Amino acid sequence: MKKIIAAAVLLSTCSYGAFAQKYFTNKGVTTFFSSTPVEDIKATNKQTSALINTNENSLVCVMENTKFVFPKSLMQEHFNENYMESDKYPKSSFTGTYNKKIDPNVDGDYNVTVSGKLSIHGTLKDVSVPATIKVKNGQITGHAVFKVKTKDYNIKIPTIVVSKIAEEIQVTIDFTATKM
Amino acid sequence: MNIKKLTFAFAALLGIANAAYAQTDSTAQDKMLSEIDQLNGTTAPQSKRVYATFKGTYVQNFQSVENLGKGVFQTMFMHRFGKVNQGAYEFFGLDNATTRIGFDYGITNDWMVSIGRSSFGKMFDLATKYKILAQTEDDRMPITLSVYPGLTFSTLKQPGKDWYKDVHRLTYFAQALIARKFSDNLSIQLMPTFIHFNLVGGPTDKNDVFAVGIGGRYKLTKRLSINAEYSYMPPKQVVTTKVYNGLSVGFDLETGGHVFQFIFSNSRSMSVPGYVAGTTDTWGDGGIYFGFNLSRVF
Repeated sequence: MKKIIAAAVLLSTCSYGAFAQKYFTNKGVTTFFSSTPVEDIKATNKQTSALINTNENSLVCVMENTKFVFPKSLMQEHFNENYMESDKYPKSSFTGTYNKKIDPNVDGDYNVTVSGKLSIHGTLKDVSVPATIKVKNGQITGHAVFKVKTKDYNIKIPTIVVSKIAEEIQVTIDFTATKM
Repeated sequence: MNIKKLTFAFAALLGIANAAYAQTDSTAQDKMLSEIDQLNGTTAPQSKRVYATFKGTYVQNFQSVENLGKGVFQTMFMHRFGKVNQGAYEFFGLDNATTRIGFDYGITNDWMVSIGRSSFGKMFDLATKYKILAQTEDDRMPITLSVYPGLTFSTLKQPGKDWYKDVHRLTYFAQALIARKFSDNLSIQLMPTFIHFNLVGGPTDKNDVFAVGIGGRYKLTKRLSINAEYSYMPPKQVVTTKVYNGLSVGFDLETGGHVFQFIFSNSRSMSVPGYVAGTTDTWGDGGIYFGFNLSRVF
């Protein structure tokens, strides 16, 4: 009898798991690159936030679209006004999980696949992207390179500039998160 | 027996609760999104500047509150054709064109300089535009305020006038540009203007002239807007020449690094003293000049 009650109590504590192991940064770097024979366009956002929960294998990244810096200010204005419509859609984000258990207490490198939802320009799409996660000195570093189609996120490119902006944009994300 | 059932029920409930917790993975991640917001303190108000009040640095003839970015160079090709009422022989004014070629440069994001020359009056112009206040998204600053002082220098020959000196060729002007972006589509601007003429037509003409302009744009699509402006000069300032207030309407088409502005105006001149205090035609008489401003940014 007592054993059963004891087991039930033990079970109850186990099901809620250990306290969450969370890692965070708001200084991650997101770069996107568009290359056409006519023009190369590159922009960098150095205020990308990333939050990892190593207990749940979950990863969330979010950034403000107006924080993408372009080499030409007119490009930046057009990006926000005409393409990204940052007034309506101020943030781009990713929410998802990675497919390997990461031990944040042991230095190591992991090649993972990150799956989840990518939200750009108000459009949500399921994506699956290869990434590398490194654990070193109690910090978690993430790196991913993947391609995004402007059409998939309803970003309209008018015919008149179609030769200047690629249909597929290369996105690179790098961040180093520290334990919260 | 009862205790066993209770314990079993308790364990089952826990099992259900655990399963429910496991299924809400995606909402757990959405919670992480709000957690990031809290960590960043993005709930704190940030006064972000409003951008793109107008598509370019001109409303029509008047300057807009838009500046060039730091280090940006802009060329302006501006044309005003002849009056539409000149009839078919003059191809409704297209045969008589005046041009202004100008160069603008952004020294900082808020300060630019301009130089240009108009064929009408063979006039050079030199000006600078400085943004003093910038409208913010949270309306803590409800307007954008810029100042636009400058001068024009006429190089027209004045044969037979021994008294005519170089100083008579100069006219000075200063404008305040007060604009508000009311919505994504609508921006309105007020332009009080002061002009000092070193030389006027006659003794009843004032050397110091005050006027006020009002203009705006309404965006029809992401790249197309209709623009209009009206320049009002109170009477008894320019007397010896019959001058009228100026009305300009047109549309802006923006394509990458160019802004095309198509303009219909009863003002022929593209310089401040000209379009504010020197408009000699009226819409009613068909004295409408069709023209365009074309900007290219490097």
